[in-house]
Amino acid sequence: MELNIVRYILLFPLLGFLINGIAGKKMSHKAVGLVANTAVFLSFATVVYLFLTLISQPENARLITDTVYTWISSGSLTIDFKLMIDPLTSVMLLIVTGVGFLIHIYSVGYMHEDKSYARYFAYLNLFMFSMLLLVLSSNIILMFVGWEGVGLCSYLLIGFWYEKDSAANAGKKAFITNRVGDYAFLLGVFLLASSLASKGVLTLDFAMMAQQISLVPAHVLTIVGILLFIGATGKSAQLPLYVWLPDAMEGPTPVSALIHAATMVTAGVYMIARMNFLYVLAPTALEVVAIVGGLTALYAATIGLVQNDIKKVLAYSTISQLGYMFIGVGVGAFSAGIFHLMTHAFFKALLFLGAGSVIHALSGEQDIRKMGGLKNKIPVTHAVFLAAALAISGIPGLAGFFSKDSILAAAYASGHTGIWLLGFITALLTAFYIFRLVYMTFYGESRVDKHTAGHIHESPKIMTVPLIILAVLSVLGGYIGVPQLLGNLIGWHGSDIFTNYLAPVFSSATGHEMPVSTESILMIASIAMAFAGVFAAWYIYLKAKMKPAVSTVQTLPGLYNLLLNKYYVDEIYNTVIIKPLMWISEFFLWRFFDVWIVDGAVNGSAYVTKWASTRLRKIQTGDFQAYVLIFLIGVFSIVAYFVLR
Amino acid sequence: MGFKENILSIIIFLPLAGVLAGAFINKDNKSAIKWFTLILTVLEFIVSLFLVLWFDSSITSMQFVEKYSWIPVYNINYHIGIDGLSLLLILLTTFLTPLVLLGSWTYIKQREKEYFLWFMVLEAGMIGVFASLDLILFYVFWEAMLIPMYLIIGIWGGPRRIYAAVKFFIYTMFGSLLMLVAIIYLYFAYGAQTGTYTFDLLKLYGISLPLHVQAWLFAAFALSFAIKVPLFPFHTWLPDAHVEAPTGGSVILAGVLLKMGTYGYMRLAMPLFPVAANALLPYIALLAIIGIIYGALVAMMQPDIKKLVAYSSVSHLGFVILGLMTLNIQGVDGGVLQMINHGLSTGALFLLVGMLYERRHTREISQFGGIAKVMPVFATIFMIVTLSSIGLPGLNGFIGEFLILIGSFFANPLYAVFAGTGVILGAVYMLRTYQKVFFGKITNEANSGLKDLNIREIIVMAPILIMIVWIGVYPKPFLKIIHNASSSYIQYVKPQPSQPASAGNILQQSQMPEREK
Amino acid sequence: MSYQFLIILSFVLFSIGMIGVAMRRNIIVVLISLELMLNAVNVLFISASKYMHTLDGQIFVIMVITIAAAETAIALALVVRIFKSLGIVKIDDLKKLKW
Repeated sequence: MELNIVRYILLFPLLGFLINGIAGKKMSHKAVGLVANTAVFLSFATVVYLFLTLISQPENARLITDTVYTWISSGSLTIDFKLMIDPLTSVMLLIVTGVGFLIHIYSVGYMHEDKSYARYFAYLNLFMFSMLLLVLSSNIILMFVGWEGVGLCSYLLIGFWYEKDSAANAGKKAFITNRVGDYAFLLGVFLLASSLASKGVLTLDFAMMAQQISLVPAHVLTIVGILLFIGATGKSAQLPLYVWLPDAMEGPTPVSALIHAATMVTAGVYMIARMNFLYVLAPTALEVVAIVGGLTALYAATIGLVQNDIKKVLAYSTISQLGYMFIGVGVGAFSAGIFHLMTHAFFKALLFLGAGSVIHALSGEQDIRKMGGLKNKIPVTHAVFLAAALAISGIPGLAGFFSKDSILAAAYASGHTGIWLLGFITALLTAFYIFRLVYMTFYGESRVDKHTAGHIHESPKIMTVPLIILAVLSVLGGYIGVPQLLGNLIGWHGSDIFTNYLAPVFSSATGHEMPVSTESILMIASIAMAFAGVFAAWYIYLKAKMKPAVSTVQTLPGLYNLLLNKYYVDEIYNTVIIKPLMWISEFFLWRFFDVWIVDGAVNGSAYVTKWASTRLRKIQTGDFQAYVLIFLIGVFSIVAYFVLR
Repeated sequence: MGFKENILSIIIFLPLAGVLAGAFINKDNKSAIKWFTLILTVLEFIVSLFLVLWFDSSITSMQFVEKYSWIPVYNINYHIGIDGLSLLLILLTTFLTPLVLLGSWTYIKQREKEYFLWFMVLEAGMIGVFASLDLILFYVFWEAMLIPMYLIIGIWGGPRRIYAAVKFFIYTMFGSLLMLVAIIYLYFAYGAQTGTYTFDLLKLYGISLPLHVQAWLFAAFALSFAIKVPLFPFHTWLPDAHVEAPTGGSVILAGVLLKMGTYGYMRLAMPLFPVAANALLPYIALLAIIGIIYGALVAMMQPDIKKLVAYSSVSHLGFVILGLMTLNIQGVDGGVLQMINHGLSTGALFLLVGMLYERRHTREISQFGGIAKVMPVFATIFMIVTLSSIGLPGLNGFIGEFLILIGSFFANPLYAVFAGTGVILGAVYMLRTYQKVFFGKITNEANSGLKDLNIREIIVMAPILIMIVWIGVYPKPFLKIIHNASSSYIQYVKPQPSQPASAGNILQQSQMPEREK
Repeated sequence: MSYQFLIILSFVLFSIGMIGVAMRRNIIVVLISLELMLNAVNVLFISASKYMHTLDGQIFVIMVITIAAAETAIALALVVRIFKSLGIVKIDDLKKLKW
């Protein structure tokens, strides 16, 4: 179905960006906030309308397209500016505009004192535009526009407080790291395009590619899949390109919630789900995705155990949870991955916004060692934060439980027991670090310094209302994807609404069945792990007042420092890649090769000429009569030559 | 005679006529001179827009052809005409020149009259190069345009201007003399073969020479253009010339003059000697790729912004040449588009650097920091141009780089694998510089009182920004203009199994009736 | 009158002029010698003109005389300038053309 209103989803945030970007400086804060929020709300409303239109269609005809114009056309290569909405897109759209809208509202309160208020909302609207373009585009190049666009907004927003060097550095690091991934991504696209072109179909349109993909040999698809996934590791902060995300916490907290937790970083997962037609034909590539996802999940969780900055803990938690999503899509359970993407968007956005509310209350303090006992002082924040923490830990009944469980079940069912084990251990660590955070922040004795303690206050309504909405979603959001196993208990057939809704998009993916008994045991085991994690955190950080933690650090200082310093990966990248490259560039290429070899040759030839002419010019005595004499001798010689010849 | 029939000549000679008229303006009446040249170049731009209006992108032959006998003894003709490639480059020239003049409004503080008039001579020369279809005419314009540039660097340049001007001049002269020898050889070779002695480019396309002769002639042309592009390792004149040249000189040098090298490859070197071109093509592509990476790496470490932009030009022009070497439509389209893109974004960068220099009288990156605070508009524009330069999708740079990379991947995946690293490095050096100049706290007191851009400067930048976004968002009209030029280029150069080296002569049938006098 | 005589006359005049240009030091004398050479050529032209019964040679002579007059005027003006500013009349003192 072709509907021209799809483009309005993009248009509103773009207009918001232009208005605030150009005129925002002269507008009042209220007007700026109104423009930005209206833009996103209109976009959200359009999405809802289109979503309702979409689900009113029969299941196999759920596709809305909107061809705006032909963007690039060169020879047989044609790339349209074409948007499409299928069930997968609609889910992403609802998440992006819904969570995005809540975060916009929250930002009005959070940023109200900032001088660059208009610039902030302009960037935020631009981000919404790029992210929606990423999700809506119907071909991989247009998607790449959104893909780089969100990277740009991420760069601008991380470096929002550009006067801080660390913020400016973090922004640059994010952009460049993403560029490394994008380089691989583009190569993957080129390889795919050229192998399709060699079969006579030069197309980059998702639908067209899905039809023709079987023409491409499997080994090529594997390479394409891995290259595209490298792009995803950049955007979605997976090993080995995750390094930018923890630093990205330099940005304003709502930005961390929106971009670096709920939406942009999940683009990699979305991309793989979107390219599922390719990945199901490239099992090796999928294997790589799942393994990297599993390793990242565990790796980031271990770092998260010891971080002391509230946002850094959440950042590593995000990386870890993204790893889960990649496990999901990597084992072929695309809808489980997307399901976790959705629930994660709810509870992680909530965690970040809650953290923002805490930071707001403590006048900018981010170190959890200087918090504690905030439960009664900021009760709303505490309540929603707790809800999100329970959700992420996988406590039964909350959103995170359903999505995480379906990923782990799929991993086990597909025979990837190793990856399942990684995810299983991570579940324990997740519950542990997140409740460590909860206990250190909200419970126990207050470690807040006296000056700040006097100013602690609950955030205004404009900030707490979005928190409450997100909390409701974090608690109830999982019920649209209740595993059939549990659905059967109450006789609810098709309880996994989410998977069924997405099924037409992932029709090429084959599900794995496993016995009910196995599935039940797995579920019970992961519930046990979640509770164990929460209990351990409670015991160590509340009951025993951190004594076990301190003694562990004392017995294993090496391990502790390794984790605290994030396995020294930044330092390794710096010494192995960045420093040598800069040295070679400056001293070998520039100061040696350019100046000595090339210019040496150029200037050398000039000097040789000069040297020779310095010698030769001695012949020019300046004596007129000597010249005449030489001239005459010349004339006589020539005459003599012709006469005597 | 008529406006439409002679529009190309009008475009070439209008600035020269302006120079003659402008010579009578009193040199102390500075604003009169500035306004006169500005209005004339704007008029020139408007006239050149008629080319677009009347240009028919559906035909492959040369359009707006004019042919008059010039030196009949040697059958040298005043023969001009354009295709899509020339059209875009002429437009780029007429587009940039008024902006450059407006940008130099207060930058130039001595001998203004000569400066502004020389720019119009330069404009005429550049347009002549892009319009010539006769090799001698081409050569005359090619050399003629050296003189104003030499003077612009040598008179209004920085402290080492003489060194830079002489280096620029001799480097280029060296190459063009080889080209002249090759042109003359070509004249006699063609005459010996067919009995007609001619410098007519369109006729010479049909020549078929033995490989070793082609190789020598190709080498002469290729070297001449490689210096102009500049292709690694013939690039060392460029940083010096850019650093010393005044803003306007740098803009035109980077924006248009460098394109004459890539234009030369596409119009002369490759199609004239297809056999040799095909044999040597991988080596040129290799040099281009080395240039891409090398230029980017060296740019990364430069302490002077202008030098940095100069080295980044080496990198970007490497992309253009790589695109032309792919011999497939995507790569060549991208290469041509990237010529325009580079003209816009690098031209804009030089203008911006010039504005900063006018305020602070330094270009050392380390002297800046925190500029975004005091010059927000400037910082925003600089950011957009930076993003265009690093090929952010949605802006012009991406379209060119994307097409070049996908084209080179089709030609040889390794090309794209190596050239693609330039995209990463591009982001590294541009963002590093941007951060050092604009972000952080203001550490240098001298920067705290800087004034943001004034209206005149914003007017200079606005058209370029519009073009940057336009090409990025809707490149189709540009690609449409380019398309026939690139496909006939490919047709000439690409070895065709059925037809040997001398390719089909589509371009020979000119659209308009030729008038011989 | 035999033409050989005229040719010999012209040759002798030319040689005297040439030797004068090469040997004499005074700039004025060098200039006079130069004129002598020109006139030697004129003599040859006229004799050839007569011998071949055409006017070409005579036309040439008139041209040469005219141009020689202009040239001498400029040369003398230069000599005067050089003398006034540098005080030089000897040609071997004038070595400014040297490197």
